[in-house]
Parts: sequence; structure tokens; C-alpha cells
Amino acid sequence: MIDLGSFLAMGGYAAYVWPAYGAGVVILAAVWFDGLRRRRAVERALQAVAQSRENDA
Amino acid sequence: MHRFANPGRFLRLANRIQPWLKALTALGFLLGLYLALIGSPPDYQQGETVRIMYIHVPSAWMALLAYLILGLASASALIWRHPLADIAAEAISPIGAAFTLLALITGSLWGKPMWGTYWVWDARLTSFLLLFFLYLGHMALLGAFDDRGRGQRSAAVLALVGLINLPIIKYSVDWWNTLHQPASIARMDGPSIDPSMLWPLFTMAAAFHVFLLAVLIERMRTLLLEAKLRNQRLAAFDRVQTEPF
Repeated sequence: MIDLGSFLAMGGYAAYVWPAYGAGVVILAAVWFDGLRRRRAVERALQAVAQSRENDA
Repeated sequence: MHRFANPGRFLRLANRIQPWLKALTALGFLLGLYLALIGSPPDYQQGETVRIMYIHVPSAWMALLAYLILGLASASALIWRHPLADIAAEAISPIGAAFTLLALITGSLWGKPMWGTYWVWDARLTSFLLLFFLYLGHMALLGAFDDRGRGQRSAAVLALVGLINLPIIKYSVDWWNTLHQPASIARMDGPSIDPSMLWPLFTMAAAFHVFLLAVLIERMRTLLLEAKLRNQRLAAFDRVQTEPF
């Protein structure tokens, strides 16, 4: 088992190591979810167009 | 390769491989994070800060790879006018900008304890900052014109001009005196890093590659759907215009 306290302390470099990993998580998650959000938005809009066409017909 | 350059075929292929890419990304990051944070030793000089490298180096590699993709896509868009090439260029530049930003942030978080400063205007860091602005410029130009085609062409020209920055970044550590250390992986005499640190690095790099491919395909798919939506709205508008009241 690793000691959690010394793991979190990162040999005294916690103030640099953890923000670096935090930035990684935040930026990659932002890229991922922004892509997902945009695809869902365009799919909804396409459905709305198809719907209004059916209503017209 | 040309067979996949058809949008319909691209969409079908993308739908098939996307679940696999997502699973591989998750698996790669789990294994990579374990190796980077727990399964590897501290460096005898850098101590625990060496763990920052397992994010910094792969994100810098992805920043360069994304620009290479942007350059190739822009060249084929200008030469062959292929619609998928424009879409690939538009899809890759925000991804490249994100990786460039991550490399800059993690690099500066490593620089503070190791060099004693977050930032220095040396050749490597400055050329990498320029890479970030090239991505931002590309994204801005794409949206700067009412005529989408004009925006795409100007953005492609900017991307091609910016290609000159890639060899400058790569060789900046050899051509100029810089604080940044020279290459330690891509060397003529083989990597100068201990295997215990190469494994977390390569695993993270593999995860970053699959992630890049997954988000690139996702964004290209979205852009194709957005083009379809524009066409349908235009068609609906034409119908309204031509119908007698």
C-alpha cells in the first residue's frame, strides 16, 4: 500500500504536480464535452427541420 | 486512402470505430495515469516533478501533430478542393489549440520549481506560444467572413504559412541557447531516458493519440451534420420564397 499523505505531498512539489494534472483533466474534458455538446445541438436542429417538414406536408 | 475521402463513407466508418476509440481512450488514460503517478519512480534530479513530463511531453507532441494535420488538410483543401479536407482543418484547430495551451501550462508548472521561473522568452517557448496564436488566428479567420469559402481559403493560407514554425520549434533547442533541454526521445543514439520512465510516457502518449483521433472524428462528424443542416434550411427557405401566397 502506498502512503496517501506522502503520495499527495509529491516530495514537496504538490503545488506544481497536481495543478499540472488538474489542467490536463480540465482541458481534455473541455475538448471532449464541447464536441459532444455541439453534435447533440446539430442533431436536435436537424430533427426540428425534419419535424417542420412533416407538419408542412 | 481516397476511398475514405467520401463524406458518406467517412460517416459510416466513423460511426463504426467511434465506440472502440472511446473505450481505448478510457483504458489508455487509466493505465497511463497509474504508471505516471504510482507505478514509476521519482527522478534523481527532478524528483517528483518528472511526473509533469508525462502530460507535458505528450501534449506538446499532439500540439505539433495537430498542426501537421492542419497543414496537410489545408494544402489538400487548396489544391484538390475536397470538402472533407476543409472539414478536417476546421475540426483540428481547436483541438490543437487546447493541446498547445496544456503544453504551455504544464511546462511552466515544471519550469518554476526546476528553472526557477514560470516563463522565459527563449526560442522554444516563444515559438510554441506562436503555435498557440497560429491556431487562434486560424479559428478566427474561419469565422471572419460572411462567405464561408473565403474564410476557409484565408484560414488555409495562414495554416500553410505557419508550417514554417514546426521545424523552428523542433530545432529551436539545437539552433539557439535555450533553457529548454534538447530532445531526449527522438535522438540518433536512442532515447536517453530510463525504461521505468519511458513506459508511463509512451502509455500516456498512446492515450493522447487515441483521444486526438476520437475528438477529431467527432468534430468532423458534427461539421458534416452542420453543413447538412445549412443545406436543409436553405432548401426550406427557397420553398417558402417560391410558394405563391
